[in-house]
Amino acid sequence: MTQTLFDASRAGRRNAHHIPEAPATPEGIPERFLRPTPPPLPQVSELQVVRHYTRLSQLNFSVDTQFYPLGSCTMKYNPRACQVLASLPGFLNRHPLASEESGQGVLRCLHELQEMLGEIAGMPGVSLVPMAGAQGEFAGVAMIRAYHRSRGDEARREMLVPDASHGTNPATAAMCGCTVREIPTDAQGDVNLDALRQAVGPRTAGLMLTNPSTLGVFERQVARIAQIVHAAGGLLYYDGANLNAVAGRVRPGDMGFDAVHFNVHKTFATPHGGGGPGAGPVAVSERLVPFLPLPMVKKELDDKGREWFSWMDETQCPESIGRLATFAGNVGVLLRAHIYLRMTGAEGMKRVSGFATLNANYLMARLSAAGFTVAFPGRRATHEFILTLKPEADAFGVSALDFSKRLLEFGIHAPTMYFPSLVPECLLIEPTETETKETLDRFVEAMIAIRHEAETNPQRLLTAPHAVPVPGGGVGRLDATRAARKPDLIWKEMITQ
Amino acid sequence: MPFIPHTPTDIDEMLRSIGVPDLETLFEEIPDPLRCPTLDLPPALGEMAVGRMMRERAETDANGVCFIGAGAYEHHIPAAVWEIAARGEFLTAYTPYQAEASQGTLRLLYEFQTMMAGLTAMDAGNASLYDGASGLGEAVLMAARASDNAGGKILMPASVHPHYRAVVQTMTADQDLEVVEIPFDPLEGRILPKALNRFHGQKIAALVIPQPNFFGILEEVDTLTDWAKAEGATVVAAVNPLSLGLLKPPGHWGQQGADIACGDGQPLGIPLSSGGPYFGFLCCKQALLRQMPGRIVGRTQDAQGRTGFILTLQAREQHIRRAKATSNICTNQGLMTVAASIHLSLLGPEGLAKTAALCHARTRTLVDKLTTIPGVTRLFTGPYFHETALRLPKPAAPILARLARLGIQGGYALGEEHPFHDKGVLVCATETKTEADLQFYADTLAWVLNAKEG
Repeated sequence: MTQTLFDASRAGRRNAHHIPEAPATPEGIPERFLRPTPPPLPQVSELQVVRHYTRLSQLNFSVDTQFYPLGSCTMKYNPRACQVLASLPGFLNRHPLASEESGQGVLRCLHELQEMLGEIAGMPGVSLVPMAGAQGEFAGVAMIRAYHRSRGDEARREMLVPDASHGTNPATAAMCGCTVREIPTDAQGDVNLDALRQAVGPRTAGLMLTNPSTLGVFERQVARIAQIVHAAGGLLYYDGANLNAVAGRVRPGDMGFDAVHFNVHKTFATPHGGGGPGAGPVAVSERLVPFLPLPMVKKELDDKGREWFSWMDETQCPESIGRLATFAGNVGVLLRAHIYLRMTGAEGMKRVSGFATLNANYLMARLSAAGFTVAFPGRRATHEFILTLKPEADAFGVSALDFSKRLLEFGIHAPTMYFPSLVPECLLIEPTETETKETLDRFVEAMIAIRHEAETNPQRLLTAPHAVPVPGGGVGRLDATRAARKPDLIWKEMITQ
Repeated sequence: MPFIPHTPTDIDEMLRSIGVPDLETLFEEIPDPLRCPTLDLPPALGEMAVGRMMRERAETDANGVCFIGAGAYEHHIPAAVWEIAARGEFLTAYTPYQAEASQGTLRLLYEFQTMMAGLTAMDAGNASLYDGASGLGEAVLMAARASDNAGGKILMPASVHPHYRAVVQTMTADQDLEVVEIPFDPLEGRILPKALNRFHGQKIAALVIPQPNFFGILEEVDTLTDWAKAEGATVVAAVNPLSLGLLKPPGHWGQQGADIACGDGQPLGIPLSSGGPYFGFLCCKQALLRQMPGRIVGRTQDAQGRTGFILTLQAREQHIRRAKATSNICTNQGLMTVAASIHLSLLGPEGLAKTAALCHARTRTLVDKLTTIPGVTRLFTGPYFHETALRLPKPAAPILARLARLGIQGGYALGEEHPFHDKGVLVCATETKTEADLQFYADTLAWVLNAKEG
């Protein structure tokens, strides 16, 4: 398939059933405001459109079609019930500024979600507004800065992050006007406490931490870490990317954190959509409640004792860090998370983290028994774990990238590669709780087969994939250097037509 | 009911392979004092029960006939848009980092970038941001970095959507940027070029130009762009993409064109959904490409010379550059760009232009009908696209509340953001409204205004 939709475009081809009757020249808009020529869009039939995009979809790997053990991304099953019920017409067609009276259904759901997330976090305040994890992080760090500022403490502008943290952590700190200081990790995958003690001080705004860490292990000293940072006057931010490992068992609030973001597209099974939309609600400890981003949903009882839900805005929350979205964030995604949690319940949440952990430990044990090298062999895996392919790289001259590309040809999505960068030639593997034992076994067999190939025919790996198994035949390994050297980002023939 | 497939036999075998007696042993590294008791969450429901609960709630959310715009617009969405966009292969894929296993999403994004660049008359576009307001925030930060006058003032017209301005405020609060508000002309409801004169010769990093502005009014984009370019400022256009079927694209504003175009993609096939998910788009001139936030897809080849697509210019992004990235954005609104691409392909150039023209015509008719009611007048005199502000003879908020109970979402009360205009209401009629809908609104409003209080 080499044709773009633009190649199929023919002047004059139109979908009359989508083109309304309208005057050719609009009355009342002076000509200087008008577009002299029509916008360069493809002119194709509805069938051509349907066929083109259906075929495009088939070129993708997805949770619905492949095992997708992508570490740190929690590619679990996205229940269809959540999809269908969040798309009911009453929810889908409501204007964000329509009267609150006409939105009691959706507001009730959002309020329930606030309450449920507060309970899961072990924290008293929740705002659902952030539209992705990174925006949740932004909200968290902005609240931490607002807190210090409210106390007249302008000097606290340094954010501490472990050297293995997600890239969003330092990038967020920078967007919030903080300088970033990295804290090293020790050989067991824990934060180096001595380095932390030396780093904290009167300039410390806080510490951003993921627990379980990005190394796939639980940070056992988290209570000590919280004590050290709090004693120095800083606050603690919990990156909720790995919450699927511990949800329902350990709460960020109980660990001593002051702010947390959830990735509902990870822990609460909303679909990733090829890169979004997700949602990144935040929960906070008592001292950060006044600074939560707006709007939030409030529940009151009216004079007849009926529940009434409404939006809280700047007038009720004058210390808020403000707005992050045009309206109330990714409401449709939040509804999916709400439905998932209503289907899961407290025991179910504990089973989710339990079986996510079982699957990861099983994969780790089997791969280890098969002779692969686990990065932290003395530790339990959490919901994910790290293999290092350094021995294979040294022995056979193949890399983690080559292994990953060859896995694609087995119809398995590659694990996360080269993150965290502390571990050479690493694969971060997260199977999630919704995969069967048979699927996990198949992954182990594929890894063993690929290693055998690395030994006997390394060239096969170095050039993989030749063609990814998708309908119509996929492409081979793509040249990233060529793409970056002379960027070709739009189909220029279309624009210049 | 957490969708776990394990049989008791599976569990036994897996635990044996790991070498632990039970599942709880896997959590032995978690210190006891940190473990929480069972959470206090509502009891788990089966699919049938949760379905019934959600249907009951959705049914209470009656929207009525909607004349609200103010940043989100009701439009016809062809049935094929979400039939295809919701396919599992689009819906349940991750960010296309493994290019060879993500050619569907990547090829689509390349086409999306092309369509958005074409609509805005820019050289390049990214693969989406969260929404219009946060997209403007990113555009302002980008302009501040890239401007010849870096470190100078950011000029922000008060005719920009108040929530957009609020989000820009949140996003720039800790950035040592000076965002200066420019008042709009109370008569015309837009920025008069003379309002800019007092900034002449000062160091101006960027000027934001909304088109149409929050009040639906068309700004004099050519004059404003030329003024800004003469001052050496970067021009950030905040536009409604559907209006670009009809209106002059930012790349053609003034002598040189705007430098950055951003906006909310909601009018392109995205349901209203109480405010999201929508998507933000961001396009720019070639010179600013490496300052762009967000993901960008490029065309390349494999070893056999077959065309393929890949995320590129990643040295701008957080997972590579960490604290020095152009933005912290990671997850964007990918699936919404699938819908928008399908939507634009189905409408084509004529469909988009005609839809925009009909929106304008419907709003004109609505304004004509409503302003025949005694005491109802236009608040501003400037030319408008598909939305405009009216002045009612009484405070707007209670009138709108009464209309809502009669099945009409009658508009947005301007008093919420502009206390001076407590009788002002922003009304919008899109192509979805029939002549009968417009008449129903006019008749009902006349009746409500005449009726005695209470």
